[in-house]
Amino acid sequence: MDETTTRPHSLLLRFDRVERAVHWVNAVLFTVLLVTAAMLYVPNISAAVGRRELVKTVHVYAGLALPIPLLISVIGPRWGRRLRADLRRLNRWLPDDRQWLRARGWRAGRDRGIELGKFNPGQKLNAAFTGGAVLLMLMTGSIMRWYKPWPLRWRTGATFVHDWIAIALVCTITGHIMLAVSDPEALRSMWGGRISRAWARRRAPRWLREEESAGESGPAAG
Amino acid sequence: MVSSGPGLSGPGSAVSSAAGKPVGRRVILGMLGLGAAGILGGARLQDWLAKVLAPAQAADPTGLTQLIPAAGRFRIYSVVGFLPHRSTTTYRLKVDGMVDRPLDLSLADLQSMPPTRLVKDFQCVTGWRVPSVPWTGVALSDVLDAAGVRPGARALRFESFDGAYTESLTLDQGRRRDVIVAYQMENGSISDAHGGPVRMYVSPMYGYKSCKWLSRITVVGGVQPGYWEVRGYDVDGWVGRSNGRNDHPTS
Repeated sequence: MDETTTRPHSLLLRFDRVERAVHWVNAVLFTVLLVTAAMLYVPNISAAVGRRELVKTVHVYAGLALPIPLLISVIGPRWGRRLRADLRRLNRWLPDDRQWLRARGWRAGRDRGIELGKFNPGQKLNAAFTGGAVLLMLMTGSIMRWYKPWPLRWRTGATFVHDWIAIALVCTITGHIMLAVSDPEALRSMWGGRISRAWARRRAPRWLREEESAGESGPAAG
Repeated sequence: MVSSGPGLSGPGSAVSSAAGKPVGRRVILGMLGLGAAGILGGARLQDWLAKVLAPAQAADPTGLTQLIPAAGRFRIYSVVGFLPHRSTTTYRLKVDGMVDRPLDLSLADLQSMPPTRLVKDFQCVTGWRVPSVPWTGVALSDVLDAAGVRPGARALRFESFDGAYTESLTLDQGRRRDVIVAYQMENGSISDAHGGPVRMYVSPMYGYKSCKWLSRITVVGGVQPGYWEVRGYDVDGWVGRSNGRNDHPTS
């Protein structure tokens, strides 16, 4: 793979092929969901687009497909290794994380000598929120789509939850994209996989130390 | 997904990460709890929000407040890929089938008949409700009398000029005085988005029974299920007594 042609000393593997593939498949599915959601929900767009039955079907299937790429990737004994390790990192909070969040950001964090791991607390919260949101969207969306067995108040409640989480997701995904664009090197690594040691020193010093102490155990990507 | 499992011996797992608190898992579990509460109690919260937001919406010319969930306004549903349009001058309504005198009515013809005004809620089978909508039109029963319904007729079939939508009523349902061929809504002409220039308003039934962009009424011998009814909705769409819903009746 082309990743090995770069100099191993200067670049770290941030995301392997599986993780990148999951990310971009998810990005496409989220886009389809958001666009079809707007067609179903925003009055002016509904009126202009119409085709309610078709749009509804696309929205439902894209939603049902959403968890599949992550699930397939996470169960792989070999190919899911890095993804599982990263999910664990996202789940667990390091000693300095809370302090970083309280100081709100990089500058304050650096001044106080806060040492972050591979993911910053904002990314951890975003990952957890998105994970919880996807589960809730699947639950409430299923109640809305297969509504027969549910009491009416639950159906109304499910619609209510679905609508508000959708609005929250539009906000967090917009923030996610804005932050990615503001850090081109990090964004490129979601495409090419690798990132410089200088970046890691600035953004994820604890991760850099882990990688260095592990030796160049070699890119485990496969 | 985030919970730790066996086989976490991959690169980077020799890390101190195991020591940290599983905040991600707590966030997800907390959200699931809140979400479940929202499913159980959201309906009440939504009623309250709709009440609180109503004044802001009435005063909002941008329409942005319509994007707030459950804000008590119309959502626009169309089953075709365009917004159907007929001008008020070229509009025609055909009345045919088992009648003595088939009609071909213009908008002016309808407006010259005795008007019926209703102020009723509009309830959609998907859950949203718009309170106290003023409608003006001609009682369907009067239109049928003008055409002269023949003996043996049992039902009505409605067609939309969108080319796809159809609806149905039994003749008895269509004879109710709160079932009108509407040409005014909220004290103005009916816009394209709301099914203008002329649409049905079947006030005691769910919204899908009120055919938008009405172009033809055919008197027939038996009920022929309409567009959404073939796709699972009840043919007799009484608000609160069909489709497994118990909404407060609209008429």
